[in-house]
Amino acid sequence: MPKPVHTVSVRRKLSNGAALGLISLAALVVTVPLFLILGTVLLRGLGALNWAFLTQIPKPIGEEGGGMGNAILGSLLLLGFASLIGVPLGVGTGVFLAEYGRNKFGNIVRFTADALNGVPSVVIGMTAWALVVVTQGHFSLFAGSVALGIMMIPVISRTTEEVLLLVPQSIREAALGLGIPKWRTILSVVLRTASAGIVTSIMLAFARIAGESAPLMFTAFGNEFWSTNPNQPVASLPLQIYKYAIQPYDQAHAQAWTAALILISMIMVTVILFRFIASRGAGKGAN
Amino acid sequence: MQTVPEHRPGRGRELPEEPVTREPSPAGPEKLKVVPRRRSGTPESLFADNVFRGFVVLCSLAVLATVGLIFYELLHQSHLSISKFGLKFLVKQIWDPVAEDFGALPFIYGTIVSSLVGLAIAVPLSVGTALFLTEICPRRIRSVLSLLVELLAAIPSVIYGLWGIFVLAPFLRLHVQPFLAKYFGWTGLFSGPKYGWGMLAAGVIIAIMILPIIASITREVITAVPRVQREAALALGATKWEMLSMAVLRNARPGIFGAVILGLGRALGETMAVTMVIGNRPEIARSLFAPGYTLASAIANEFTEAVSNIHLSALMEMALVLFVITLIVNALAGLLVWSITRGMPSRALA
Repeated sequence: MPKPVHTVSVRRKLSNGAALGLISLAALVVTVPLFLILGTVLLRGLGALNWAFLTQIPKPIGEEGGGMGNAILGSLLLLGFASLIGVPLGVGTGVFLAEYGRNKFGNIVRFTADALNGVPSVVIGMTAWALVVVTQGHFSLFAGSVALGIMMIPVISRTTEEVLLLVPQSIREAALGLGIPKWRTILSVVLRTASAGIVTSIMLAFARIAGESAPLMFTAFGNEFWSTNPNQPVASLPLQIYKYAIQPYDQAHAQAWTAALILISMIMVTVILFRFIASRGAGKGAN
Repeated sequence: MQTVPEHRPGRGRELPEEPVTREPSPAGPEKLKVVPRRRSGTPESLFADNVFRGFVVLCSLAVLATVGLIFYELLHQSHLSISKFGLKFLVKQIWDPVAEDFGALPFIYGTIVSSLVGLAIAVPLSVGTALFLTEICPRRIRSVLSLLVELLAAIPSVIYGLWGIFVLAPFLRLHVQPFLAKYFGWTGLFSGPKYGWGMLAAGVIIAIMILPIIASITREVITAVPRVQREAALALGATKWEMLSMAVLRNARPGIFGAVILGLGRALGETMAVTMVIGNRPEIARSLFAPGYTLASAIANEFTEAVSNIHLSALMEMALVLFVITLIVNALAGLLVWSITRGMPSRALA
């Protein structure tokens, strides 16, 4: 048998193996905290999970029982009101960027949206405080929604832009060629084709803001009772977790873990659903 | 000159303005009427187009206005503190709400150090993960692994904090800190009482939280490196690792650097989780075992409890510092990533 023309020295073989091994190890290590955290939340959270926890309001410190029904409702309300601000502005900006934004102004908007995405949530919370709480004179659900709504805009707009750009140009041309005006083309053809993708972008934004607590501390503030009034302070799951976690009582800690379990399940379901729709709907609609 | 408004090019030649519509042609009068009108745009459809365009432009302007408003409000609200302390605010170590004397240095120090500790842990791991996902990983594992990394990003900050207090801090105190103190105590970075919580715990939590963002952007950047570069390296006889380091990593370096800086931006502004584990003491200590304080956690802790206007204003100025730093950091990162991907749409959805 002829000798191979090119041989790899032992040293190079070894360093190759070592490097590839380390890379694989890094990937393995990264998954460890996920399983640790999910495992702990499940293990410690299941204990205090019962129907009362989901439907009752907190009992005073020291008393057994009570729940976080008002915080769950509050979180849902905050998400709802925030999307009233975040969804139209986010989708509108996304449409602008994809359909009209191939120019300098578009680049400025793109850059600013990215900048807004990078602004720490606590800073956005302070702005909402200065804008709404100071003006109104008290904490409110509305103030919290403004903070969360602002945070939704860049997430939705950049993802919407991406999904709209996946819609083939020929579809737009076909619609315009039939004499349909541009606005109609965008609304009924482009947006409809990309609708699954836009829904996923909204869900992505939900997943991002659902766990936010820092901006709510000085906007929605928290509430020990049921409240659905936009003008009143409202409880939220993340903030409730924080409050219970820093209390020195075991019972409060147990409740914090249960609340964490509920919050994390809500978010995980959203994210996995997002992946599912993104791999099915957005791809199919576009092609 | 006067004839210009009358004569529009493309109109009136093939389709005379009036008589055609009256003819009973099989094509139908409506069709003939409709086509030429739409071609030049009826006033209504032009109007609707403009309204629609105006709406989306308005949305975009709202984004610009929001960032402007954030800057304005922070500047406006911190006016009191800026005029009283001036630039000394950034270098003073005193934080005394009772005497109403404020300096942000311990907080700036804590923010930077905890972020750097986080980066030191997160960068090798996330670049490794990105390389594994794009270059080594079998197809079947890839989607599962990238979903896991994505889920890591979806865990709320406050839950990281909860886990940090009750799981990570005791673990660090019992297992990691004694080890570090024994073998690396001579550096001065790992000495002093072992609480578990403190700067080190904050760094670890930050690392876990910024792993996904660095990994996903590094992945995008690596994917953007042209295939021919890899093939050329392999054709020259390079091993896989040599190919990765010569062809992939070298080409992607500015973009990876951008991803790291983007991670830094996240780390600097991280609030709840850090607040829960860092110990919240405005001190500058060399040891990473010691408690610290960050800009964001000071705001979270003190803002609702601040009573005097100057205290509120000082916290606002810290938010302003944080805002400006993250803005610069993110702009830098954006430019670096863009230099590699050239505005290619991200692969996050694919």
